[in-house]
Amino acid sequence: MAVPEGLKDGWTISTAIICALAVTPVAAVVYLALTPEPGDDIWSHLVSTVLPDYIITTVGLMIGVGIGTVLIGVSAAWLVTMCRFPGRRIFEWAMLLPMAMPAYVIAYVYTDILEYAGPVQGMLREMFGWQTGRDYWFPEIRSLGGAISMMTLVLYPYVYLLSRAAFLEQSIGVLEASRVLGRGPWHGFFTVALPLARPGIVIGLSLVLMETLNDFGTVDFFAVNTFSLGIFDVWMNMSNVSGAAQLATVLLLFVALLVLSERYARRKQRFHNTSSKYQALPGLRLRGKLGLLAMTICALPVLLGFVLPTWILIEYAVQYFDPLLASEIAGYAWNSIKLSLLAGGLAVVVAIVIAYSVRIRGGQVLTSLSRLASLGYAVPGAVLAVGVMNVLGPLDNSIDAYSRETFGISTGLIFSGTIAAVTFGYLVRFLALSLGTVEAGLGKITPNMDGAARSLGHGALSTMRRVHMPLMRTSVLTAVMLVFVDCMKELPMTTILRPFNFQTLATFVHQYASDEQLGEAALAALSIVGVGILPVILLSYAIARSRPGHGQVMARPRQKNKMSKGSR
Amino acid sequence: MKNSMRKHGLTALLTASLAVTTTALTWGNSAHAAEDVNLYSTRQPFLMKPLTDAFTKETGIKVNMVYLKKGMLERLKTEGMNSPADLILTTDIGNLHNHLKAGLLQSVSSDTLNKRIPVQYRHPDGLWYGLTMRARVIYAHKDRVKPGEITRYEDLAAPHMKGRVCIRSGKHVYNVSLLASMVVALGEDGARTWAKSLRENLARKPQGNDRAQVKAVYEGQCDVAVGNTYYMGKMATNEKSPEQKDWAKSVRIIFPNQADRGTHVNISGAAVTKSARNKANALKLIEYLSSASAQKIYAETNFEYPVLDGVALHPIVASWGTFKADKAYLAKIAEQRSLASRLVDQVAFNK
Repeated sequence: MAVPEGLKDGWTISTAIICALAVTPVAAVVYLALTPEPGDDIWSHLVSTVLPDYIITTVGLMIGVGIGTVLIGVSAAWLVTMCRFPGRRIFEWAMLLPMAMPAYVIAYVYTDILEYAGPVQGMLREMFGWQTGRDYWFPEIRSLGGAISMMTLVLYPYVYLLSRAAFLEQSIGVLEASRVLGRGPWHGFFTVALPLARPGIVIGLSLVLMETLNDFGTVDFFAVNTFSLGIFDVWMNMSNVSGAAQLATVLLLFVALLVLSERYARRKQRFHNTSSKYQALPGLRLRGKLGLLAMTICALPVLLGFVLPTWILIEYAVQYFDPLLASEIAGYAWNSIKLSLLAGGLAVVVAIVIAYSVRIRGGQVLTSLSRLASLGYAVPGAVLAVGVMNVLGPLDNSIDAYSRETFGISTGLIFSGTIAAVTFGYLVRFLALSLGTVEAGLGKITPNMDGAARSLGHGALSTMRRVHMPLMRTSVLTAVMLVFVDCMKELPMTTILRPFNFQTLATFVHQYASDEQLGEAALAALSIVGVGILPVILLSYAIARSRPGHGQVMARPRQKNKMSKGSR
Repeated sequence: MKNSMRKHGLTALLTASLAVTTTALTWGNSAHAAEDVNLYSTRQPFLMKPLTDAFTKETGIKVNMVYLKKGMLERLKTEGMNSPADLILTTDIGNLHNHLKAGLLQSVSSDTLNKRIPVQYRHPDGLWYGLTMRARVIYAHKDRVKPGEITRYEDLAAPHMKGRVCIRSGKHVYNVSLLASMVVALGEDGARTWAKSLRENLARKPQGNDRAQVKAVYEGQCDVAVGNTYYMGKMATNEKSPEQKDWAKSVRIIFPNQADRGTHVNISGAAVTKSARNKANALKLIEYLSSASAQKIYAETNFEYPVLDGVALHPIVASWGTFKADKAYLAKIAEQRSLASRLVDQVAFNK
């Protein structure tokens, strides 16, 4: 082997260190859970009162959002990838737009329109001469159904993104084979394409479900009694942080169980692409009514999840415009961008190191470590922030104590309450996003490629640089973008961990939105959306261009021709 | 060509992220200058800025602030004696009380503060000081609720209010404190019965904030709502959303329990942290916030009741008339918050 022994260990060691660091805040939460103060028992109270309701509501929310996002995400991905219909080119990227919209913002906007006092019901009352709410029925937006709709609208892009990438990366050969063997196009979708795309869809879905479980803003505003609301109630109202940590730990175990059981269910399956024969996807032409139907399926989520709320935010922003505030917001936008770029970049570098060491070094220990490192995503942001503080605070204080003792100098707090703390928090929280995406990209590359490169004398680093990186460029970009957009929207960790006099767009929006002053918050909320859109659009171009045969210089022009022929 | 460009792109990305990391460590804050005071606040920056700016102008002391609604206590706790925070500013007695119990505060005292702040609104040993008051009142529709129909919190739970009451989540800190005051006044069982009957009188599931309840009264969903006083002022003067003026016009404020124990009031307050390095400056800031000019800003911009006697109320606030406040010691109410929160669960208030 060309790899020196030390480097091989270097992969293992650095991965172990990174994973250990990433897991400490989660471990701190579990530790808090295990060390309650006397008299802090909340379980007998919770079990006899609200816990059953928390569980039923949470499961209902997860099922609703899960079904909604998979239906929209997978069908849209399949339509824009495999079919040709009017507007397809636009929907390719437009389907991703709602991703830039924070769930709590869309919840505020829709409540404004749809609640009893809003314009829609007001108009209906005027039209039909109804006097009070007792004269007619109208769906209550502040309800479980409302929460499901809001979250589905902004979270389906995760499923869309990952299932589209999966569909794009499938060799058309397997679909052709199914057709040759007598399957119709629909049958081919359900029996071949869908099962092959399963890892991608599942990763997308699990991201969606974890976001759903941890959402606080939307369920709090809608008064939907989920588990995460319970966590905050125990923490803030019963002043029992240990009890909150216990609930969070239960949530964590539940998520871990879900993820493990899915992995177990497909333990024997591998999803490498074995064929290098990529052809342009043929593109099933949908005409007339079918084309219209496809268009509607794609257009509705974008309209409801992005266009309409953005429009309303713009109206508010214009109405409430204040040049002084605008320049202030520009500064916060810059803070948000810097911080999100930093976290996005770091999260991807870390994910590549972890995913690659697992690939080349394998082994149960490394694999489990990498799973543990992703747990941060399953803990509500504010609780995880407490975990981060419980790591950094004692660390800072022991460095300080040591330095006082040995050098007589106080170092004070080095990490706590700094940008580094916020970045660390983001990393811990969003590593699952980058790691999942990078792993998925890496997993599709058959190990035979590694074998070939290594036997031609390339070391691990060189193989990664020259073989894997070009092949998984899209995955890497996806990972950066996912983390970037999520950091732009991130609220609880930023508020709790940030330094003095530091605002991001999200924290700025929150101070008004928490007071239901949507007008004052509109411009900053729009900025979150605006900044978030750019990478989303960039990414979708990259994905569209990435297929087929990434990095094959020779093959590229030929396929480009075919692509354009296909779409003509 | 393309291939190498792509490779460069990736390398550039990695390099850039490393470069940003290094700058991040230097891009922090310098909150340790001599003439500084460092503040953790649960009150919004847009509210505090006029006050801190005026303080800086008057004293030359710079105010550094972190606004955090959750996690302040945990942050102070984990930062320990090295915490840069000199003082905390928070609403609701419950918050102050929790910091006190966690041993995060230190006692400070000054004649000025003792003179200005009435004894029931400060800790006897100077561990915290109340700065403003807000009353939790009943908003009643001007026509649909007849005078005398509702005069006490207890009336909200009376049979004649069935289907007529709107209130925000029973778990909101304001309502938990109100219920805690009911526990102090009526005992645990009395408070539970009250909460249970109130729940049965609700026109809709608890939702929205205090302002949204008044909006619901205006729109006819309910006849009375429970809310803090300052929202009325904010709605009545809202030039940017003039429709809120109509909401405000549709209701009148009823101060409950005037014939007996008085209306439940809560405070926003400040306390000096145990770790404070700029203790003198922290004290100066609290003194400033209790001064006539600062109390006037509080009263005028946020429609709160000043703790300092003799400060003119906002004309709108003054128009509601004077009222008798519940004299129960606030810290005693704070101790019942955990129980109150459990009562909310027991009667399934939010369901």
